[in-house]
Amino acid sequence: MASTEILRVRIESERCQGHNRCCAVAPELFEADDLGNARVRGDGTVPPALEAKARLAMANCPEHAIRMSQK
Amino acid sequence: MSAKAPVKDWATDFDHTDPAWNKDPYPIWDDLRKRCPIAHSERFEDGAFFPSRYADVREISYDTEHFSSRRVIVREKKFHPVMPSPPITSDPPEHRPARMPLLPAFNPKAIEKLTPGTRALCNRLIDSFIDKGSCDAATDYAQHIPTRVIAKMLGMNEDDGDRYRRWIKMALEEGIHDNAKVMQSLKEMTVYFSEELARRGSAPGDDLISFMRDQRVDGQPLAPEKVIGTLRLLLIAGIDTTWSAIGASLWHLAGHPEDAARLVADPSLMDTAVEELLRAYAPVTMAREVVKDVTVNGCPMKPGAMVLLSFPAANRDPEMFPDADKVLIDRKENRHAAFGLGMHRCVGSNLARMELRVALEEWLKRIPVFRLADPASVTWSEGTVRGPRRLTVAFN
Repeated sequence: MASTEILRVRIESERCQGHNRCCAVAPELFEADDLGNARVRGDGTVPPALEAKARLAMANCPEHAIRMSQK
Repeated sequence: MSAKAPVKDWATDFDHTDPAWNKDPYPIWDDLRKRCPIAHSERFEDGAFFPSRYADVREISYDTEHFSSRRVIVREKKFHPVMPSPPITSDPPEHRPARMPLLPAFNPKAIEKLTPGTRALCNRLIDSFIDKGSCDAATDYAQHIPTRVIAKMLGMNEDDGDRYRRWIKMALEEGIHDNAKVMQSLKEMTVYFSEELARRGSAPGDDLISFMRDQRVDGQPLAPEKVIGTLRLLLIAGIDTTWSAIGASLWHLAGHPEDAARLVADPSLMDTAVEELLRAYAPVTMAREVVKDVTVNGCPMKPGAMVLLSFPAANRDPEMFPDADKVLIDRKENRHAAFGLGMHRCVGSNLARMELRVALEEWLKRIPVFRLADPASVTWSEGTVRGPRRLTVAFN
């Protein structure tokens, strides 16, 4: 059922090179670690209000390092 | 500079230092993309390729098996021996240990701390010319911003910036045609940093020179030549590049007052504008040396050949970017490659973005309306880094 599906983002860390675009576009969902590479905040759950931002972050990642899943 | 034969065909005889390329490279790249997406030239020792499409630039960026970073500048005569500036000239497995120590100094939090000082610097520069009603935005403004920021980060005197700019010009521009200039530049930088390291001894400091000196890899200090190599890189990579990005952005806004007016009216557009200006006027073209036989997009390449890695041309590829030839300051999806792709992503990208953004914000606050005083007098640097070197603007 659609209402129980949870949208999540994750970073493929072997692809991320620290461009920091996701953190700039969607700071609610992503943050930079000490090396400047991206990680998701919390467990990567994307609230409905932030879905558009999550997709925008994906579309701005030069390394295609962001994955989104719905379960 | 030696007298050169004019280019007859950009596909088979390109010269990225030719005056026509220097003046306006974009139509040349558009033409190449349509009829010969990987151009070639014998003007450079062992030959050089120029891929013009995003997909090919991306493929080469990720392929460290066939393409080495030991040479990152295409020169008429190859430079022997290679003088490394790790990590930009490093390949795996040396690359990662050379790069890792630098990263914390350039992470977003570290760069955020530099923002207020950079804002103040921009305003001091504007103070120096605003009453005159005109200035050279390249030499009175843009060039001083990264120069003084990096001098400060290194813990050096801001006035040393004049020397930095001379070394960079020798290494990146004059050095394409004259290897003696490269050598002189590298030697002078080496002496500068050696003397500075000796002067400091082991005294603690919170600047980049002390930071690099104090790095440990597997518990061992870095060899002095590696410390100095990386410091040379920070100078070479951090100044012309950002100077060019700021200058090219101001050049665009001077020629497109409607974009400047939109940014003044709605400063929140700066997020997308900075990325779009970086895409459209990406200053840096890197290079790789082929080290194993390889074929890219049907084009065979032999070991020894050089490959220009033109992020600026990739960023103008219409297959990747709709309306690639238009500057759309509200472009939302912008996967541009101005800072490279793959493991060599510019270590200073957070710093460069901050400097570009702050430079434009402070300029527009105080000089919202300006124009090119004489469009024909604008000159551009050649070769590895593209940006305006003379840019007279009027705002009276």
